[in-house]
Amino acid sequence: MTNKRIDEPTGTEFVGHEWDGIEELNTPLPRWWLYTFYATILFALVYVVLYPAWPMLEGATPGTLGWSSRGQLEQEMRAADAARAGVRAQIAATDIEALAGNPQLMQAAIAGGAAAFKVNCVQCHGAGAAGSPGYPNLNDDDWLWGGTLTDIQTTLAHGIRWEASPETRTNFMPAFEGVLQPAEADAVARHVLALSGKAKDSPQGAQLFADNCAACHGPTGGGLPAMGAPALNDAIWLYGGTQADVKRQILAPRHGVMPAWQGRLDPVTIKMLAAYVHSRGGGQDAAPSAAAPEATPDATKVASN
Amino acid sequence: METVVKRLGVWALVLLASIAAIALTPDAGFAIHMGIVALVAVILIVATLGTYDPVARAQSIFRMPPGPSRYDDDVIRWGVIATMFWGVVGLLVGVFIAAQLAFPQLNFEPYLNFGRVRPLHTSAVIFAFGGNALLATSFYVVQRTCRTTLALPGVARFVFWGYQLFIVLAATGYVLGISQGREYAEPEWYVDLWLTIVWLAYAAVFVGTILQRREPHIYVANWFYLAFILTIAMLHVVNNLALPVSLLGTKSYSVFAGVQDALTQWWYGHNAVGFFLTAGFLAMMYYFVPKQAGRPVYSYRLSIIHFWSLIFLYIWAGPHHLHYTALPDWAQTLGMVFSVMLWMPSWGGMINGLMTLNGAWDKVRTDPIIRMMVLALAFYGMSTFEGPMLSIKAVNSLSHYTDWTIGHVHSGALGWNGMITFACVYYLTPRLWNRERLYSLRMINWHFWLATLGIVFYAASMWVAGITQGLMWREYGADGYLVNSFVDTVAALHPMYVLRGVGGLMYLSGAIIMAWNTAMTIAGKERAEAPMGDVSTDTSADHPLLPTFAAEPAE
Repeated sequence: MTNKRIDEPTGTEFVGHEWDGIEELNTPLPRWWLYTFYATILFALVYVVLYPAWPMLEGATPGTLGWSSRGQLEQEMRAADAARAGVRAQIAATDIEALAGNPQLMQAAIAGGAAAFKVNCVQCHGAGAAGSPGYPNLNDDDWLWGGTLTDIQTTLAHGIRWEASPETRTNFMPAFEGVLQPAEADAVARHVLALSGKAKDSPQGAQLFADNCAACHGPTGGGLPAMGAPALNDAIWLYGGTQADVKRQILAPRHGVMPAWQGRLDPVTIKMLAAYVHSRGGGQDAAPSAAAPEATPDATKVASN
Repeated sequence: METVVKRLGVWALVLLASIAAIALTPDAGFAIHMGIVALVAVILIVATLGTYDPVARAQSIFRMPPGPSRYDDDVIRWGVIATMFWGVVGLLVGVFIAAQLAFPQLNFEPYLNFGRVRPLHTSAVIFAFGGNALLATSFYVVQRTCRTTLALPGVARFVFWGYQLFIVLAATGYVLGISQGREYAEPEWYVDLWLTIVWLAYAAVFVGTILQRREPHIYVANWFYLAFILTIAMLHVVNNLALPVSLLGTKSYSVFAGVQDALTQWWYGHNAVGFFLTAGFLAMMYYFVPKQAGRPVYSYRLSIIHFWSLIFLYIWAGPHHLHYTALPDWAQTLGMVFSVMLWMPSWGGMINGLMTLNGAWDKVRTDPIIRMMVLALAFYGMSTFEGPMLSIKAVNSLSHYTDWTIGHVHSGALGWNGMITFACVYYLTPRLWNRERLYSLRMINWHFWLATLGIVFYAASMWVAGITQGLMWREYGADGYLVNSFVDTVAALHPMYVLRGVGGLMYLSGAIIMAWNTAMTIAGKERAEAPMGDVSTDTSADHPLLPTFAAEPAE
């Protein structure tokens, strides 16, 4: 360093190199910078002793705190499970129809069901359980397979048309494509809409309905939840409520599938989900619907006729 | 004559090979890409034929440097134009995908859905905009600080055009659905091979120029450029090790699997940030800030210490992208502590940049380019503090997978990389095209404020969105169950997504003003405007009025 020139504005010495007019000052490292750097190094040294850090021949050093991310997860899950265990045991021990008799327990079941719903059900039924075309709205009082706590629990556990579950509930609306002439299908569709006052009826439509549809859907379209025949007189539609939608469902019906949750979710969670869905507004009180499971073979028989 | 024939032969072979590939491949995307290669070969054949005529040769786009007495600036001029072009494209695509996130109806299947357009945005801004800026400035800086012309001028031209071909192949590939699904390394195997060739050529030009320097020492900016070029070569090659399914198809599979693959990917991804967006841009800062300020670099010692500590520590920090995953705990620990130690080495660059202004701070008031540089360094400091903080596991457990990360990346990318690049382009344009001054200084001021406000909107909305999201995901009710479903959090973020789009739009508007300003400068125009600077004072009018005249009544 031959020249000891001083930069006037800062009073610092130049280093002496120059590139394209750029020079460098010989300012020492800022102390606060250096000490903060040392502090972060010290932090790192302490941290790698406390936590798993150094890979060795067989596994890494475990750290003096004995911490591991899997261990932490296990611990937190265990604590959360323990906090819920009392209520879950109570729910498990209570018959689902008796839940309503214990409002506090019912409230806890609904809360747990709401959480499970957000993870498992919103994908089809929507965050507000309002459904979408092809996926039933769970907030209304229109139930395809019955709306008591027991009915809902059965649907949840075994699903609808879920082949992997032997107890799944199955029915099939027959396709009337080729059975009814287009004009006849229009007449039936108009009659179906007329049941809820949405179209003008015709004697032909009424006759065709009585001949082909009333056996399952009932003479006035009231439906038959025991075998999954939808009510047609409440202006609630799964596949749309226009004349064209209804006609399409008569000629070439679609058959939605609901997965069975037994085996994927534990029985208490299914019970809680049933309580939550029941609480959405359309839940029905338990009546003689204990016969619902027996209806399944009948329904299949009717559908195959 | 003979060389012309040889070259024609090579290009014709490339053309034939690509036509054969088009004919043989069952893969439509691969056929389109080979079509682009064939088109380039045709352009090269035409250009080569042009060089046969000595007059045309002088006007050809491949004209050679003016001689050893002048710097070889052609590639740099093209690079500046490419930087501006890809910058506007990349920001425009960014605003589009921001709008898609706020209004999902804007997903147009299949070519313009979010999944395809998002890598288009990231690659366009990082590799096309940032990459061209690095290419142009590195060739500019290395010549001037080594006092020599570019080594291998022909290769330098190949590097520029080869890199543009890489960008076009990458960008069209994304839209066509050709992707290997590695973040920031989406191009498929054959595009990666091409980039490897281009990149090695780039390294050859840069190192060759340094080797033939006429200065005894290598300037600090060149250390950073060299670290950037060599490390990116290593990262690119290792991360893209893959086996193609067929030599006539786009698809390939990584040689790594499972968590090793994830770690390789994030070793690459993190160091792309470290060596592309940090080291490379610090190199730009180390030349252009002292030049624009007319001041010496603050501390030579700091530049040595922070360079080596930055280079050494950065390469180990990648695992912090995989906290609380299948990655073993020990690797997560090391990723975190290396990131924490990285804080001060990163700040060394900010200190050296900002303190270089000692003795010239008044220029922040009068020089909008200096103002941009100061803002860039401030954002650099902010995001290099935020980075180590986010790498701490306790913080990361809240921030990971949320929009906080997006906010962090953009405060760095828009604030640091964008602003320093804009400042450098404003510095370079009048000098490269021999203009007295820029078309308009006042338009830089507009650009500065639009960009600054845009960043504030962007970063602030993403911080709020990210923390909201993180807190909602982990919210437990009194009954011990999670409170929110995923879609609840998406609905809650909608206003923030709209605000983010507004911020991006402001930033894009600033860049468009800049594109206009630089285009007018290149065209040789100067906007008639009052000069920037202090308000003038008329001392002769600076006195009280004396009551000499009585007021006359109106007629």
